[in-house]
Amino acid sequence: MPGQSRDNAVMSSRDPIVRNAVSIGVATAVYAVSFGVLSVAAGFSVVQTCVMSLVCFTGASQLTFASVIGAGGGVAGALPPALLLAGRNALYGLSLKGVVSGSVPKRALRAQVVIDETTAMAHAQTTLAAKRRAFDLTALCLFTAWNLGTLVGALAGSGLGNPGDYGLDAVFPAVFLALLAPQLRGPEAMRAAVAGALIALALVTVTPAGVPIIASALGAVPVLLASTRRRRVALERAPEAGQ
Amino acid sequence: MSWWPVVALCAAAYALKALGVVLGERLDRETAERWSLEIVVVPVLAALIVVQSFTTGQRFVLDARTPALLVAAVLVWRKAPFVVIALAAAATAALLRLVV
Repeated sequence: MPGQSRDNAVMSSRDPIVRNAVSIGVATAVYAVSFGVLSVAAGFSVVQTCVMSLVCFTGASQLTFASVIGAGGGVAGALPPALLLAGRNALYGLSLKGVVSGSVPKRALRAQVVIDETTAMAHAQTTLAAKRRAFDLTALCLFTAWNLGTLVGALAGSGLGNPGDYGLDAVFPAVFLALLAPQLRGPEAMRAAVAGALIALALVTVTPAGVPIIASALGAVPVLLASTRRRRVALERAPEAGQ
Repeated sequence: MSWWPVVALCAAAYALKALGVVLGERLDRETAERWSLEIVVVPVLAALIVVQSFTTGQRFVLDARTPALLVAAVLVWRKAPFVVIALAAAATAALLRLVV
């Protein structure tokens, strides 16, 4: 990790994975507070709000769900956008073979924490062991922060201010950029990133929330096709390797 | 508020997460290597960054988040520690909103 050489006594931990997981957790906690406030204001009880954070545990979907219901959209109006936003977690799961590991109960538990931040932290590492550690530690920090923050917000109610006043809405794009950067190894990954951003921007005004993010995965298709083509050529040149 | 919306949301959210993990495990090693599915996360993260920075709902919006992202980009390029990147982005957006 690039940050390793900058360790000093001020930082609470010398391990960059721990440090990064904790900082994501702190930012998440503040967002969780605003979810708690929003959810109670939308008419959910404190217990219902906390159950959502514990069991649903996918921030963007929960915020959308509560805000649509709070605005009088009803469950039929709130569920589809919430599920479209949750759909990307299925894409993430596909990429996490080997990272979501252990016995069946452990994998079932780890599946619950397959979300943006855990997936991005895992793939920002280079070895499988580091990916697993980053995934688990980020999940632990996020799960704790998201649920404690939700409880605080649900109990406190409104009057805590808007997360935007503290610039917190700018934190997540910055965090995702920091997690994306180490994955941009080579021009193919770069092209996939640009394609994903362009697909999302092209769709954002014309499709429901969530669709642009899921559709952006198509930006990886040229790279995937190129990698199968390269492999086929390699196999044809070395017939003993198969085919 | 009745419980069924909460239960429906929770069940569907977990089903989506588990579906991806189960399908991912079903892939044999050769297929997984051939497709190097990790790359799928790259365009999705890029999409999250631009959507969360430049849009509100279904509209394009240029506000304090844009300079905050630029500050973050410079710090990422300079390989600044993660905490510094997150704090600098928040401070940039918060200060701009205070001043403007």
